[in-house]
Amino acid sequence: MKRIKGGEEDGNGSSSESSPEACKKVRTQTSEDETPESDWVRLPQELLLHVFQYLPLLDRAYASQVCRRWNQAFHMPELWRYFEFELNQPASSYLKATHPDLIKQIITRHSNHLQYVSFKVDSSTESAEAACNILSQLVNCSLKTLGLISTARPSFMEVPKSHFISALTVVFVNSKSLSSLKIDDTPVDDPSLKVLVANNRDTLKLLKMSSCPHVSPAGILCVADQCYGLRELALNYHLLSDELLLALSSEKHVHLEHLRIDVVSENPGQHFHTIKKTSWDAMVRHSPKFNLVMYFFLYEDEFGPFFNEEVPVTHLYFGRSVSKEVLGRVGLHCPRLVELVVCANGLRPLDEELIRIAKRCTQLSAIGLGECEVSCSAFVEFVKLCGRRLSQLSIMEEVLIPDHKYSLDEIHWEVSKHLGRVWFPDMMPTW
Amino acid sequence: MVHTCVHWFRKGLRLHDNPALMAALRDCQELYPVFILDPHLHNDTCVGINRWRFLVGALRDLDCSLRKLNSRLFVVRGKPEEVFPELFDKWKVTKLTYEYDTEPYSLSRDQTVTTLAKEHRVEVLYKISHTLYDIDRMIEENNGKAPLTYNRMRAIVKTLGPPKKPIPAPTMEDMKDVKTPCSENHEQKYEMPTLGELGHDTAALGEEQFPGGEQESLRRLDEHMKRTGWVCGFEKPQTSPNSLSPSTTVLSPYVTFGCLSARTFWWRLAEVYQGKKHSDPPVSLHGQLLWREFFYTASVGIPNFNKMEGNPVCTQVDWDTNPEYLAAWREARTGFPFIDAIMTQLRQEGWIHHLARHAVACFLTRGDLWISWEEGQKVFEELLLDGDWALNAGNWQWLSASAFFHQFFRVYSPVAFGKKTDKNGDYIKKYLPLLKKLPAEYIYEPWKAPRSVQQAAGCIVGKDYPHPIAQHEVISKKNIQRMKLAYAKKSTDAAEPPASLILSLFPL
Repeated sequence: MKRIKGGEEDGNGSSSESSPEACKKVRTQTSEDETPESDWVRLPQELLLHVFQYLPLLDRAYASQVCRRWNQAFHMPELWRYFEFELNQPASSYLKATHPDLIKQIITRHSNHLQYVSFKVDSSTESAEAACNILSQLVNCSLKTLGLISTARPSFMEVPKSHFISALTVVFVNSKSLSSLKIDDTPVDDPSLKVLVANNRDTLKLLKMSSCPHVSPAGILCVADQCYGLRELALNYHLLSDELLLALSSEKHVHLEHLRIDVVSENPGQHFHTIKKTSWDAMVRHSPKFNLVMYFFLYEDEFGPFFNEEVPVTHLYFGRSVSKEVLGRVGLHCPRLVELVVCANGLRPLDEELIRIAKRCTQLSAIGLGECEVSCSAFVEFVKLCGRRLSQLSIMEEVLIPDHKYSLDEIHWEVSKHLGRVWFPDMMPTW
Repeated sequence: MVHTCVHWFRKGLRLHDNPALMAALRDCQELYPVFILDPHLHNDTCVGINRWRFLVGALRDLDCSLRKLNSRLFVVRGKPEEVFPELFDKWKVTKLTYEYDTEPYSLSRDQTVTTLAKEHRVEVLYKISHTLYDIDRMIEENNGKAPLTYNRMRAIVKTLGPPKKPIPAPTMEDMKDVKTPCSENHEQKYEMPTLGELGHDTAALGEEQFPGGEQESLRRLDEHMKRTGWVCGFEKPQTSPNSLSPSTTVLSPYVTFGCLSARTFWWRLAEVYQGKKHSDPPVSLHGQLLWREFFYTASVGIPNFNKMEGNPVCTQVDWDTNPEYLAAWREARTGFPFIDAIMTQLRQEGWIHHLARHAVACFLTRGDLWISWEEGQKVFEELLLDGDWALNAGNWQWLSASAFFHQFFRVYSPVAFGKKTDKNGDYIKKYLPLLKKLPAEYIYEPWKAPRSVQQAAGCIVGKDYPHPIAQHEVISKKNIQRMKLAYAKKSTDAAEPPASLILSLFPL
């Protein structure tokens, strides 16, 4: 924590750092408090504020008990712009919760100061309901950022839908300047998105709403059609449509920066629609630098609709087992690929697939392989082809299969050589 | 001057490579080799029946070896801080020796005892021989911090040079002027502990796979060192977690209790390696000993090492409190045969392969059940023969991706992982005999077997064997997100850049 030098100088009145106003204030106050030994008393409020901003909330709260001036500083609006409400049931959670008295105080004294707010709730419905109750009371709030984060199970989904929607609507209607909204795993629906758009269309820049089952493709299309400033969007694949991509690529729309799509299968055998190549092409033309982040949680036989044509994905994550064949298609159809994570594959080596990816995904700079197999020779070939652009290479040591050319110890030298830095596979300790 | 010396055995239950014991013998006229059964350490919560049996065996073995030198082991019951003043007075002790131990409880206990010793004008001397190196020195070499990567530690070890050579056990010659006064009722006053002494149910004991003791440890060492090809080619990740008999040395319990000196092990390996091509750390046998050193160093350099709270290197994760889940895991009834077989072997035999440990640790924590690694740590401490404070804490943090390791996308599948080394599930059939009639196709996933198959095998899922406790594919997806949240919080608190790949995708 930095020490403020200004304090002492101002106390002596020798520098003109503080405004005349502040000095006047200081002077009148010293005549009131008859404790001449304390130069702290003459510290202007702005500096006090500055110091307080460095303190964590608890320390600030303690400081506020010291004297009236410090108490006033504690309640200055600038200190209440950002707040994260942590709502846990103490009996079942490891982490601490925001004190209910503090919550009361914020609602009564500071709700109109709040601009950047998030709610972190655990897996209990009570916590999610408490969050909704607080939200409902933020009537004087003109929020710029709102985040609803369920850390464990999607507890907002268990709150009665109407209760949730009305709480959220309070914020949408009152804020009128929402820029960033994170509502993943919530029961938000199409009508509430309409309300969002009606009130915040000019300011909305970021919208994260993965796993929101009550929203339809039409609902999200409404957002894309009217919120021309939208730069970051996260949603599930079932909401993605050709129309959505075209809307996001329309002339009036700003360049998109991030599009994150979760492709999730709840039960084996689900069918997924396809997106036309022309829609993706339009996106790339409109926003040549945008990141397309795709998380796949599919069963192995559900990949049929994917990677048959070029797709501009930049960050690709396979959360479950993905076949050799699909990885082969990735190599063929993902020229913009920057990052690839394969959690598991199967029991056959990914040699050709990796080499093809190295050759054709010329932007690839990060790769992580979990439960996979690659022969050491193929791996060296892969690294050689990628060269120094590989800034992150996260391979578990058991992925690498020694062959006639390389053993495990030799491989780290070869790879380090081609990467231009010392590299080791990720280890698991022997226990 | 001549001394009346107490040598205090705690770990280091051996005569070979025991510098503290040798120091006790210098200018010694009376020697009392003592082992204290400390209620804080030796109770049925901390020590499971297999561990207890191992310790009892080790103490008997020690007594046996001491008898050959005309000495005996004195087993004393009570808290060290209460026991020692009495002994100091009764025996007119002038010197106390012990092997240094880095565990926080040990350090504080030894501090107390040292203070008491000074009050009784007893000289205290300790020597370092439980670890390859002087751990404090190791930390010093790394600018006062414990190295957080294995490779960093290897670099430090290179500058320190090879570990000290082990010293031989005391001989009759060393003992010629030394007497151990032994009364007729020695057996009653300082009796060897019995199997039932801590209150365990001894009827539950299985066959002893790994008898405790120095003699047994040296015998096993000799046996393994004869297999020079195997020793030189040893690469731990290539060994199997579910082979029917252990695929690794299983010398770890002996090293943990100190029946086998780590330095002796190291130098015997060096002898075998001499002049031959051999595997290297981290995967080699030397590498195993360095892993142990790594975790010991971490445990000394990192405060609150066995907890999440107050531990600066440990990611703060919102683990769930779920006694049902924990009990199912602990009692081998998760409904995943691979996991349950491993937990069964653990309880029955006190030893499981390290990859088996990875699988169950990942399953309990970030993989599936989202229970705190501290709970897993307690279970392993109780059941593992080689359960060691430092290694247990370190490995649990590693496997739960709480510390040292951050690639949390790498999750062990409770179904697929075991199949790689045991397609037919022979290991599962051995430890879960009720599943043995299931065909290989379903043995890892019995819930997928058609009803007719289950009936034919005499094993109905939901009746004879539990339903799977969680749907792995569904729950691991949520867990990855939870882990990502925990890491995101971490990166806003600290200045270091997030180590995980996934964090570069889409800031939260």
